Amino acid sequence: MSRPILEASGLTMRFGGLLAVNGVNLTVNPKQVVSMIGPNGAGKTTVFNCLTGFYQPTSGSILLDGEPIHGLPGHKIARKGVVRTFQNVRLFKDMTVVENLLIAQHRHLNTNYLSGLFKTPAYRRSERQAMEFAAHWLERVNLLDLANRPAGTLAYGQQRRLEIARCMMTRPRLLMLDEPAAGLNPRETEDLKALISVLRDEHDVTVLLIEHDMKLVMSISDYIYVINQGTPLASGTPEQVRSNPDVIKAYLGEA
Amino acid sequence: MPELNHYLQLLIDGLSVGSTYALIAIGYTMVYGIIGMINFAHGEVYMIGSYIAFIAIAGLAMLGIDSVALLTIAAFVASMIVTSAYGYSIERVAYRPLRGGNRLIPLISAIGMSIVLQNMVLLAQDSRGKSIPDPLPGKFDLVAGGAVSISYMQVFIFVITFVAMIGLTLFIARSRLGRACRATAEDLKMANLLGINTNNIIALTFVIGAALAAVAAVLISMRYGFINPNLGFLAGIKAFTAAVLGGIGSIPGAMLGGLVLGVAEAFGADVFGDQYKDVVAFTLLVLLLLFRPTGILGRPEVEKV
Repeated sequence: MSRPILEASGLTMRFGGLLAVNGVNLTVNPKQVVSMIGPNGAGKTTVFNCLTGFYQPTSGSILLDGEPIHGLPGHKIARKGVVRTFQNVRLFKDMTVVENLLIAQHRHLNTNYLSGLFKTPAYRRSERQAMEFAAHWLERVNLLDLANRPAGTLAYGQQRRLEIARCMMTRPRLLMLDEPAAGLNPRETEDLKALISVLRDEHDVTVLLIEHDMKLVMSISDYIYVINQGTPLASGTPEQVRSNPDVIKAYLGEA
Repeated sequence: MPELNHYLQLLIDGLSVGSTYALIAIGYTMVYGIIGMINFAHGEVYMIGSYIAFIAIAGLAMLGIDSVALLTIAAFVASMIVTSAYGYSIERVAYRPLRGGNRLIPLISAIGMSIVLQNMVLLAQDSRGKSIPDPLPGKFDLVAGGAVSISYMQVFIFVITFVAMIGLTLFIARSRLGRACRATAEDLKMANLLGINTNNIIALTFVIGAALAAVAAVLISMRYGFINPNLGFLAGIKAFTAAVLGGIGSIPGAMLGGLVLGVAEAFGADVFGDQYKDVVAFTLLVLLLLFRPTGILGRPEVEKV
């Protein structure tokens, strides 16, 4: 068993009198797809916000590769290889598709003022590499011919795919997707499932997923955490979770 | 055609004043575009720019340097560097610690900063004002007999402003940092999550705004030849008007707004008399806010959910 990439223990987030997340433990092993499920308002997105530095958790610890990351600002966590999407699409809508991908490579590029001003050979070379990397992923998510369109003009499913491609630009080790299938039609959901599998199997990306589409979750996840009203309810493989009486009760009510 | 010549002259004068408004307005609009705040200390930054130019020229002249070109270049370089440092420090000291809270709080801090800076210059330089020599005296006639003329200084203003605008536009559209600026303006949190150090980008917009204000300060103080510690207020509020006129948050808008305001002032002063110049400018602002609050190039703000 290799060391987990992400380990959260006793994660608690309190907003005034509201206990949004209460003692959630998560262990995410490398090259797995781990899903977080639970009814609406269970606190799943709040967990994401804690993990990515949007919120400072009230208590608990978050370790990335054994190093504590709680309390770090968002861009520092991002620079450690954690990247996320949001429930609603958050592209830079006024910028072109390819610019959205170049922006995400910002931290990998030399941003020296002078080399940018005089367009040194090193600057041109790295800009070309960034462009090639962007084109590579645009092809993978089937958006290459739309590269110069403003991102806001894309169809919804295309915007979702572009968001994932943009995440890949940061060369993430942990990709966190918040309801990526929301609003997608069944065919687009199939494409998404194939894309996530490719990310895990061919690009060694670890995926942490929040999703309500149970068919997608059950077919793709290596491990599932169930959260209800901010507290952990169950966890296990898809088969274990599916047959867990507590989970059935939380989702369907008392029989 | 005496009438036409007269209007042509007004247009030239208006555009030259307007282009300096545009340079200052960019500082307002870029900061607003990124953090949604009106930097009310920006006019004071502009005023400090003109004092740095004065100090640089007076200092070098005292050392016996009398080359006009050298003094002018020194004024620009010194003013842009020192003023940028002011822009950076103001953001760091007075705004950054307050970010994330209520939007009114940095606004109050900006007004405080403006009072501090103005009084600081009053203390250091006293209230009597200083004069700065015109490096390019003289003019040439566009129409024989001098009915329409353009001074060398006005030509200089047009050229420098044009270069600065083109430079800024290319920087924003083409360079990596410009790209990061646009991304940060559109969605600061997302840019942060993608690994962009948005604090640095915010600081950069303050620096760019201050440097352009310094360029305007040097140009205007050379053209009018006189500076005092109170000139920041009116210049600031005029440039703010220009930024709102063009659509605050939009850089081309600030450029256009500055020119429109300058021309409107020139023609307004001609019709109503010189003493009503400012009245014309601010009446224009009121009318615009009533009938097109997003400005000429501004887009209606969509409430973010």
